[in-house]
Amino acid sequence: MTFPNALILQLAIATPLAAALVIALGLPKRFSVKLAAVAFVVPAVMALWLWSQFPAGAGARYAFTSQTSTGLDAFGISLHLGLNGIALPMFVLAGVVGAAAGLYALRSGAERLKIYLMLLLIMQGGLMGVFASIDLFFFYFFHELALIPTFIMVGTWGGRDRNYAAMKMTIYLTAGAMLSLLGLIALYVKSGADSFDLLVLRDQIAAEGLRSTWGKYIFGALMFGFGTLVSLWPLHTWAPLGYGAAPSSAAMLHAGVLKKFGLYGLIQIALPLLPDGAAHWVWVLALLAGLGNVLVIGFITIAQRDLKQMIGYSSVMHMGYCFLGIATLSLAGAGGVILLMFAHGLSVALLFMLATSVHHRTHTFELSEMGGLAQKAPVLAAFFVAGTLASIGLPGFANFWGELTIFVALWNFSPWLSAVAVGGIIISAVYGLRAAAQVFFGPPSEQVQNATAKLPFPDLEWNERLPALILLAVLFFIGFWPRALSGPVDGTLREIYPAVETRAPACSCAYR
Amino acid sequence: MTPEILRAIADSNQWWAIGPEMILGAAALALLVLEILLPKEHHRFIPTAAIVAQAVTLLGTLINFQTAWLGQETFAGMLRHTVYGQVARVFFLVSSLLVSFLATVCLPRTRMPRIEFYHLVMVVTAAMMLLAQSNNFVMLFVALETITIGFYILVSYFRDNPLSLEAGLKYLVMGALSSAILLFGIVLLYGAVGKVAVAGQTHTGLEFPILADFLRANPDNFVATVGTLLVLAGIAFKIGAFPFQIWIPDVYQGAPTPVTAFLAVSSKSAGIAVLLILVHGPLAALQPLLGPVLIAAAAATILFGNLAALTQRNAKRLMGLSGVSHAGYLLLGVAASLTVSWAIGAVWFYLTTYLLAAMAVFGVMAHLAGKDDADQELEGYDHLAKDSPLLAGVLAVGVGSLAGIPPLAGFVGKLLLFVAAFQARLYWLLAVAIVGVVISIYYYFGWIKTAWFETWRLPGAAESPGAHPPSTEPTLAGRLTLGLLALATVLLGFFQGPLGAWLQR
Repeated sequence: MTFPNALILQLAIATPLAAALVIALGLPKRFSVKLAAVAFVVPAVMALWLWSQFPAGAGARYAFTSQTSTGLDAFGISLHLGLNGIALPMFVLAGVVGAAAGLYALRSGAERLKIYLMLLLIMQGGLMGVFASIDLFFFYFFHELALIPTFIMVGTWGGRDRNYAAMKMTIYLTAGAMLSLLGLIALYVKSGADSFDLLVLRDQIAAEGLRSTWGKYIFGALMFGFGTLVSLWPLHTWAPLGYGAAPSSAAMLHAGVLKKFGLYGLIQIALPLLPDGAAHWVWVLALLAGLGNVLVIGFITIAQRDLKQMIGYSSVMHMGYCFLGIATLSLAGAGGVILLMFAHGLSVALLFMLATSVHHRTHTFELSEMGGLAQKAPVLAAFFVAGTLASIGLPGFANFWGELTIFVALWNFSPWLSAVAVGGIIISAVYGLRAAAQVFFGPPSEQVQNATAKLPFPDLEWNERLPALILLAVLFFIGFWPRALSGPVDGTLREIYPAVETRAPACSCAYR
Repeated sequence: MTPEILRAIADSNQWWAIGPEMILGAAALALLVLEILLPKEHHRFIPTAAIVAQAVTLLGTLINFQTAWLGQETFAGMLRHTVYGQVARVFFLVSSLLVSFLATVCLPRTRMPRIEFYHLVMVVTAAMMLLAQSNNFVMLFVALETITIGFYILVSYFRDNPLSLEAGLKYLVMGALSSAILLFGIVLLYGAVGKVAVAGQTHTGLEFPILADFLRANPDNFVATVGTLLVLAGIAFKIGAFPFQIWIPDVYQGAPTPVTAFLAVSSKSAGIAVLLILVHGPLAALQPLLGPVLIAAAAATILFGNLAALTQRNAKRLMGLSGVSHAGYLLLGVAASLTVSWAIGAVWFYLTTYLLAAMAVFGVMAHLAGKDDADQELEGYDHLAKDSPLLAGVLAVGVGSLAGIPPLAGFVGKLLLFVAAFQARLYWLLAVAIVGVVISIYYYFGWIKTAWFETWRLPGAAESPGAHPPSTEPTLAGRLTLGLLALATVLLGFFQGPLGAWLQR
């Protein structure tokens, strides 16, 4: 008898949550750390297994489905789990980044480590649940389950300005979440389905249609609500501040995975269900993302003098590409966004982690106070440079495929916007390479010399190398074999996106 | 009056139908007798006896939930027994049990008499249970006055505390005024409907079915309209809805913490229960009038409550003003229930989540309060997570649920209300409510922040002055109660079980 894959999917969500519960019930610290290590790795292994098991040619159908009642069936709410081609990459991403962030946290030496690990496990469980939920109630529910620990971790274990950062993050992200919840409720009522089940909603809207005026409003609410969660300009100000203050594992999980919730929601829910509404907002989204996220934030990133803030801003900037890809309303654009989300999640997590490793050694995030680390810590330097190159979008890394596809789709949408976007690549090369150069090359700064004189200055330890290796390996794997991801993504998009593509602005047709 | 009528009236006096109320009232009296009979050294068992009596009543009500009188009128039409009435009975009993538990924490700190407190709580609870089943304005008013008069005493219970006395006076003046307004409204309705000149007439406008018939026939009767508005205003006083909320912060602060909890949970719910009875019973024909009034009141209440709570630094005032905003969300549910019938269930579900969360928070407050019960500044919550992780955890769950954060019960409560409001097409009100929720995050989260996050200080700076460990260490029973409240709040967030099916009836 084979072990049913639907059960594995449920276990991938339940394992971290159960481990968190056991730790909360008062497991001694020694066992807690071991249990947490297992609970961080198990979902990743399960996610990879499910990836290998994902049926080819599934189309828009969900695999590994299961449906459990929680008592609100009458309201069209039930725990409906499963993965389709769009959800699968995000699910794998959550597993991999979760494992890396968790393993890194085990040896982070945080005060009150047990509570820290417990919160990370809750976050991990929430993240696995978000992307496996077919029911929009639980989609939102798991998102908040992962979000709340972030606030607490920023406020308790954060660095400078942590109280302010935690407060600001909480208010911005709650406002964004409430706005998207309003959009989801509107979808629930106005579709006439009276259900939060995505499949029921899809069938209902396909059969009955939605009045176009409502589609416009609902998509607007979802766009700005999800947009706030993904740091759409000008609602992005929480992101660099929050990531700057967040403890590294929380920043890895949030910037790497949780933030993608909004983009995923737009691609999986908003666009296929509300293509008419989307067409109404396309240009607003494209301009905000192209001029705001890519150009304005790009220049702001160049001006950063703090390593962690710089990575925070660069992640806001890269979200601009994702929004641009969504705004093209094309299959290629959406596919590119999913690839880029996957790749960016890995690379930004890698960079946040290594930035903290740099901080452990130099006790500063100021770029001007660093230099010459490569001589002392060549492995750290190599990982960091690789992460930077991936984030810029060098061929050979997964990011390249995502950005390339988005640019191709963008050219069909609006050539001058694609010029802006390609210009953004130059900007990110400037700040990325300059940061790498300032930190690792050149003569050692006074600060670094002092630090090396007083203390032993170790290169990356194994507990830091292992998570970095995991992240980098997946980046390379997709960089050289993108089909492993693009296959399922394409299969699903081909079935749910035709309606979207017909709504793309007229100018795109001239180039086809 | 013919003998037949008298016999019919006598037959309708089904005493078993009000069994729970009678048991509660008798037990309340028995407490006073016990105090006289028992020797002094055994007096400490009387609170336990009070709690046991309430628990037994609750158990009996639950066992006999589907009573034989469901859907019937008893006592010559004074009472009408419905499923929602049964829900209200259970709700008020659970609430009074928890208030009694809070009293066992708070009262020993003072030298005030204790037995009377439990006595009053039980009498008031019995009155609330009758109120939620009333079918006649006389019944409604008598029950409401019993509640209000009980609260006059309870609010000023700490009579050596000036703030408690001030609160009592304020509540007395405001309560009397609101009762007067309510009574005037009732009289106007009676005058519009009643046929006082007809001899032998026993049916009057005080009876809800008669009033409903009259209003259905004359929906634009001016006197009845004014009367309806005055009745609504009187009830708005009780639930603390805008613009009748001015008494809330001072009274909530001055009243002893258990009484604050009693006001916040039971009194507010009693007001909402009456409102639901009225708008779906006698006043149902006045929907074109009720809709806009309820919507305006809900929007103003939500905004006022949240904005006023923003600047509060006292935990009790904060609970009071944020409670005003919860009254606003509930009014939103009542407004939605005019067109969406399942919204009544959603309102009760919201009340249940509010009961669990608010009682958890009040439980923490009761343990932290110092000698002066009115002095519960938020600074006192500094370092709570270190001093007492249990209390800090319960506080976080309770406050989080009040804020409506998933995965806690408060989120599901709000979600159901919002879905109902959307189905009732109250889009603008819904937008106001969402803005209110976002505002509320600021103060709720600020509270959790004080309890959990250590303030960033320069090395060597003095500790904050307000920090102190809990003044009363929670007993085993206290730990269990608080833990159960928190657990129920978490569980109800993702598993509603049979409750969910019940809602959709």
